[in-house]
Amino acid sequence: MPSVPIVNLNGVLLVTIQEELLDQSVSEFESELTEKVVDTRARGVLIDVSVLDIIDSFLARTLHDIAAITSLMAARTVVVGMRPAVAITLVELGLTLPGLLTALSVEEGLALLAPPPGPARTALR
Amino acid sequence: MTTTSDRKTAAVVCDFLDAQRETIVAQWAESPFFRSVAQDPDQAVGDSTEILRGLRKAVAAGDSDSPAAEGFSDLRSLLTALAAQLDGNEGVSARTAVEVSELKDPLLRLWLESEQDGELVVPGALLLSGAVDTLRLVLVESALAAAKETLAIQRDQLTELSTPVIKLWDGVLAIPLIGTLDSMRSQVATESLLQSIMTHQAKVAILDITGVPTVDTMVAQHLLKTAMAARLMGAECVISGIRPQIANTMVQLGIDLGEVATRARLADALAYALNRLGLQIESQPGAV
Repeated sequence: MPSVPIVNLNGVLLVTIQEELLDQSVSEFESELTEKVVDTRARGVLIDVSVLDIIDSFLARTLHDIAAITSLMAARTVVVGMRPAVAITLVELGLTLPGLLTALSVEEGLALLAPPPGPARTALR
Repeated sequence: MTTTSDRKTAAVVCDFLDAQRETIVAQWAESPFFRSVAQDPDQAVGDSTEILRGLRKAVAAGDSDSPAAEGFSDLRSLLTALAAQLDGNEGVSARTAVEVSELKDPLLRLWLESEQDGELVVPGALLLSGAVDTLRLVLVESALAAAKETLAIQRDQLTELSTPVIKLWDGVLAIPLIGTLDSMRSQVATESLLQSIMTHQAKVAILDITGVPTVDTMVAQHLLKTAMAARLMGAECVISGIRPQIANTMVQLGIDLGEVATRARLADALAYALNRLGLQIESQPGAV
């Protein structure tokens, strides 16, 4: 069962999804991550999906759920590095993920989660 | 089906073609067909020699009725080149087809003059006539194939030309959409824009629709989808170049671009983009 490494970077949890996950692994990853947010009192979560060729509707919904859950715990979630093809597919499926923060790269995601939040932020409404 | 008499006819016709080669080539080179496709008399002679050789090969093989015959497939590249030259002038017309048919005249006249064995005269003439008809078919096929290829190349070029992604500033891209957007063109535009967003790590992308004559629900839907996809990647889309007339149409159609920022001119969109990046433009006193 592949697990997803979660790295704590000075109050921001950096998560890199390294391969396609089965639905069950996605659920496990969700609960593990949310517990970790509470444990570390993180102010932000950065989910790097740049290596994924495919994001299915379940993973997309989970990403959206994670963002909603962490925001209840005062941590903001940013999804970074989504590929063009993945983005087009999600939009075609009608999964525009409103409310989810996104960034082009990990660097910009970190800037977005910097202690006083920067003015440049991309919010999906 | 090839019978013994057919084979005999073919053999006699081949002998005839070999014997009369010089005369046939000379007469063909003078015909309107070769004069219209060849640049000079020498080339006309060369081309007609080549075509006669292919024709003879097909007759010898006994499959002069089939355009896929070996003799004709040898000719295909030559005929494609000839067809391309015709294309440059006025295209393969009914006139060209008639001109190819006229190649029959010298062949049949020489055939009758060569005083063949009585019972072979009619089948031999039919064979020659059929072979020239097949030649005509092959020419038209080649011309159609060449035209199809040209069309495909031009369509590809149009697709490429229509979607240049321009870097306006560090982190700011613009794609000027021009002409009517069908679903294939808009898909290519979206893909190249999103790809460039990733390559340049651009935070703002401007979709400029100044060159789009009309915006209907399909085009608006496509613009929205592009903006949504860009946002999922972490960039923001601005739509610019909305003329009053187009804005009017969009309102009449009830098109809502939602949260996507819109600006009237590309310049306004660039100013908006620079503002989003936290950049400012100042005028310097004393500058020209």
